Amino acid sequence: MASPTPSSSISAVAESKSIALKAEKVSVYYGSNLAVKDVYLDIPEHEIVAFIGPSGCGKSTILRCFNRMNDLIPIAKVEGRILFDGEEISGKRVDPVELRRRVGMVFQKPNPFPKSIYDNITFGAKINGYQGDYDELVERSLRGAALWDEVKDKLKESGLGLSGGQQQRLCIARAIAIEPEVILMDEPCSALDPISTIKVEELMHDLKSKYTIVIVTHNMQQASRVSDRTAFFNAIATDKGGKMGYLVEYDKTEAIFSNPKEEYTRDYVSGRFG
Amino acid sequence: MTADVTGDIAPGSWNPKRDRAKMVQIIVKIIFGAFAAISIFTTIGILGTLIFETIAFFQEVSIIRFLTETRWTPLFASKQFGIFVLISATVMIAVISVLVALPLGLLSAVCLSEYATPRVRKILKPILEILAGVPTVVYGYFALLTVTPFLQTFLPNLQGFNALSAGLVLGVMITPLVASLSEDALYSVPRSLKDGAYALGATKRETVVSVILPAAVSGIVSSLILAISRAVGETMIVTLAAGANPTLGFNPFVPVMTMTAFIVQITAGDAPHGTTAYKTLFAVGMTLFLMTFALNIFSFWFVRRFREKYD
Ligand SMILES: Nc1ncnc2c1ncn2[C@@H]1O[C@H](COP(=O)(O)OP(=O)(O)O)[C@@H](O)[C@H]1O
Ligand SMILES: [Mg+2]
Repeated sequence: MASPTPSSSISAVAESKSIALKAEKVSVYYGSNLAVKDVYLDIPEHEIVAFIGPSGCGKSTILRCFNRMNDLIPIAKVEGRILFDGEEISGKRVDPVELRRRVGMVFQKPNPFPKSIYDNITFGAKINGYQGDYDELVERSLRGAALWDEVKDKLKESGLGLSGGQQQRLCIARAIAIEPEVILMDEPCSALDPISTIKVEELMHDLKSKYTIVIVTHNMQQASRVSDRTAFFNAIATDKGGKMGYLVEYDKTEAIFSNPKEEYTRDYVSGRFG
Repeated sequence: MTADVTGDIAPGSWNPKRDRAKMVQIIVKIIFGAFAAISIFTTIGILGTLIFETIAFFQEVSIIRFLTETRWTPLFASKQFGIFVLISATVMIAVISVLVALPLGLLSAVCLSEYATPRVRKILKPILEILAGVPTVVYGYFALLTVTPFLQTFLPNLQGFNALSAGLVLGVMITPLVASLSEDALYSVPRSLKDGAYALGATKRETVVSVILPAAVSGIVSSLILAISRAVGETMIVTLAAGANPTLGFNPFVPVMTMTAFIVQITAGDAPHGTTAYKTLFAVGMTLFLMTFALNIFSFWFVRRFREKYD
């Protein structure tokens, strides 16, 4: 088994783009289990970065570091530095509640609240003390998530009554309603049908001008369709019988898919394993 | 099946005892069916007696008297049968107990399911269970001999037997029920929903108040209704602490008589079989049954109406 050195993959973003999120030697433990080791990653502003790799290699775990959702898992422990707009966000002194307003998240399974479509959108705005016009906010967010035309006549109906694809776009609308700077998406299309998937992908293109997007996907076509950069994660077996994830290679998406530097990456993107 | 697949296995080495399995199956079905039937017939028997004796009662006392008279004196020479005298006491005590049990039970449920560390949980849960295991007669004496004297120190016009102490202590008694069932309801709110709230920048309190509690409301309400049914049917505490003085109205400071307390009074004394007093017992029992039955129907309807389906 080859050693999991991150090699040139950390190759930070060469051009002088401003970096929205930065991971420096981030490792995450669940209990005593080292789940992901030593991840270095620079995510530039207004780009879409995709995380790919076999399941269990720590993509979701790393994604959750960027909005401190790992704090909610009692046994999770994060080491290393994570920077957002140049400021460290991993310390005790940073309030994760404040951070999560600026770094939104969309989950694998659509999880609208059992409330009306309208209240789903206004929930985040209310708790964050939004002062503006709520009707306008709802329309703007739903338009932003390409859902407005489908739901504008039933805003008072439960969000759970929508189809899976619509629910996921409602969750995206809910996330952009609080005007975050970054949107993290953890396999947002894995529970959706192909047509809804295409809609969400198109939506991500539109959102790129306003937000930085990090998306975890198990679908390599999706990564190549939507992302500017791709990070390939892999896992190796540890002596304790567990698995330890690490970042193999991170580069522009074309490079990862047409000319990867690492053999693992080449095997993975050509479908030879995973 | 093609011959070459089965060909490897000698045909004689498999001989499942299908007939015996079928026989056992049938016998088991009959046994379980019999047990199910016993409980159904018992229920029918109880209901039947209740209905039969209640009809007999209403042949002697008109239903209009039962519903409109303002005194409850079935054992006196001048008999009156105003059931609302007993209902008012039952309802008042149940309301007091819910006023205690709802906040206490719900807060402990929220605390246990959302705030408590595993260690605190380990201490709190058994305490709640002990509370649920205290015999009601102990609660009754506690209400009569401890709570009432204590309350009298600052409520001087509180009488020795009163609805207030009975209601308060009854509330403590049903708190574990509310707490444990509400906790189940809170616990079953999907993790993904909480994550959704946290990811939008909600604090723990905001998540609990705006997402978890509303999502669990059907379970909380049904736990509450079950607790009310228990309170309405509770006998020992009210008999010991609330007195045996049928009083119409909602004054918690004076002795009252609940429906259950009346039933105890009649059954403890010996009302001869077939007398009006004896039949009154069944009319009151029927009223009690209808009340709890209505509560259960409501709860059933509410849960079906408001339960969210997450898949
Ligand atoms: N809440 C958790 N508790 C314990 N172990 C976890 C938890 N979440 C993830 N893990 C472990 O961490 C490793 C990485 O998981 P994850 O980040 O979900 O991988 P991916 O998203 O790439 O499939 C896995 O081995 C998984 O078992
Ligand atoms: Mg994952």
